[in-house]
Amino acid sequence: MADTVHTSIDDERKFTLNFGPQHPAAHGVLRMIMDLDGEVVTRIDSHIGLLHRGTEKLLEYKTYLQGLPYFDRLDYCSPMNQEHAWCLAIEKLLGVEVPRRASIIRVLFSEIGRIMSHILNVTTQAMDVGALAPITWGFEEREKLCGFYERASGSRMHAAYFRPGGVHQDLPQQLIDDIATWCRHFPIAMERMEVLLTENRIFKQRNVDIGVVDVKTIMEWGFSGVMVRGAGLVWDLRRSQPYECYDELDFKIPVGRNGDNYDRYVCRMEEMKESTKIIEQCIELLAKEGPGPVLPRDSKLAPPRRTEMKNSMEALIHHFKLYTEGFHVPEGECYAPIEAPKGEFGVYLVSDGTNKPYRAKIRAPGYPHLQAMDHLSKGHMLADVSAILGSLDIVFGEIDR
Amino acid sequence: MSVEALKDLAAHIEESHGDAVRASQIVVGELTLLAERDQIVKLLRFLRDDQQCNFETLIDICGVDYPERSDRFEVVYHLLSMRMNHRIRVRIRTDEETPVPSLTALWPAANWFEREAFDMYGIQFADHPDLRRILTDYGFEGYPLRKDFPLTGHYEVRYDDLEKRVIYEPVQLTQEYRNFDFLSPWEGMTSEIPGDEKAVTEEVPE
Repeated sequence: MADTVHTSIDDERKFTLNFGPQHPAAHGVLRMIMDLDGEVVTRIDSHIGLLHRGTEKLLEYKTYLQGLPYFDRLDYCSPMNQEHAWCLAIEKLLGVEVPRRASIIRVLFSEIGRIMSHILNVTTQAMDVGALAPITWGFEEREKLCGFYERASGSRMHAAYFRPGGVHQDLPQQLIDDIATWCRHFPIAMERMEVLLTENRIFKQRNVDIGVVDVKTIMEWGFSGVMVRGAGLVWDLRRSQPYECYDELDFKIPVGRNGDNYDRYVCRMEEMKESTKIIEQCIELLAKEGPGPVLPRDSKLAPPRRTEMKNSMEALIHHFKLYTEGFHVPEGECYAPIEAPKGEFGVYLVSDGTNKPYRAKIRAPGYPHLQAMDHLSKGHMLADVSAILGSLDIVFGEIDR
Repeated sequence: MSVEALKDLAAHIEESHGDAVRASQIVVGELTLLAERDQIVKLLRFLRDDQQCNFETLIDICGVDYPERSDRFEVVYHLLSMRMNHRIRVRIRTDEETPVPSLTALWPAANWFEREAFDMYGIQFADHPDLRRILTDYGFEGYPLRKDFPLTGHYEVRYDDLEKRVIYEPVQLTQEYRNFDFLSPWEGMTSEIPGDEKAVTEEVPE
């Protein structure tokens, strides 16, 4: 895993170390070639692309609906958030209004995704710096959230639940009730996890003043999400450029002060609490709004109802056309960003008026974050590299695409 | 951000950098500038430093391929201003040989984005410090996101049990890749009558 090469004869302290591509702290398949001076990092050259699957190329050959499941496979820690950006981009070009109930369900599952992602990040980062217990406790809660995913969509991870125009199916009331029960229980579980980490001496020694990000770094390196908020800037797309029903919801934006690993950890913990509040508000809204459509009625985006198809030839044709040819998106281009757990996730969509995208560029938040690895780690000790890497919250599904 | 505010912004940019901006448009609430390739660094520096624009964050750089055009590639820049809370898109055109000035001096973040555009399309960037491939395999040939690159690629890899290593072989498909053409000629009337395109002699900027 780590083979060393002496590059200079006169200075025995300088050497090059190969980190990865299979390393437990690499959070996926990352290969870093690190130049070290003793134990101090002088340069990092990240080699990415080991998980490149050509998603953008594949999207150009699939209809809009067939392209949707590829988005689950980008940031697989919070799959539905990615689907959301894709749907928003298509809806923007189509000019479709999402039904109210579908919009609330989307926000609900986006926040579930945010908690899933943050649990994974916080606990695995803690494991990178030596705390082994939080991950077992965190994943117990995460598993329950995966269960909600499964009950809504049929799949724990690769949900393909959001659809252009709404969501695939309405939620059963029992599921909504169970999510509400979970929301009451989760803060207690969070507290138990916090006791292990927040004031832990070793955790603080490994994270405080490590990987400090200032405003200049943020602007120069294209940071977004927690990386920005950890440094004290109040920037959250849910607040500043609201989509869906975020402007009606009451939530706070936690910000850090020092921009180091520890502040980002605290931000993520607080964000999970805020997300729980949002989920509770969504459940209230769902109860208030009552039942309703989750896909636009009488449009070419939604399949006709099964019962209708038994009696109506037109409905049958419509169903067949939707799932073979798909719908056409008017010519044009748009960029649809969302506040994904890891930062700004955006889809730049160019349509030529056919049933397939002409070009779909996925802007993954982890890409510029990982790029700054060299900048952030310079001058740090070798052991800090994995702490910083964990704190950047990178997932190779979205970076390599 | 309202359309009026975007219009003001576009007017402000065109006023000070009219020679760099070929056209501007606001579609679905997004401002797009079509810029001159040679002026791109100057224009983006202005967009970043001007008080009214203040686009301090580079969101994305990507390529788009239009093989039928003489300048086949478009390079698309997305910028964001957290302070002013607005976004802009700048597009320029280039071909396979002509390099695009690199933005790495303005934003270090441009480094990987430009490497990706080079990797995927073969777009050249002038004065880029480290224009290597980034996402594709070591020793990869060709530019996968070009429209004339086949979806299935040229080579496939597998672990060879006899040689005890991963080997590269030309792609062999048991069945030809089926790209269904669903486009019907019976989609109804369009606003343009066939033959109209012959009347236009000059290329209209989009």
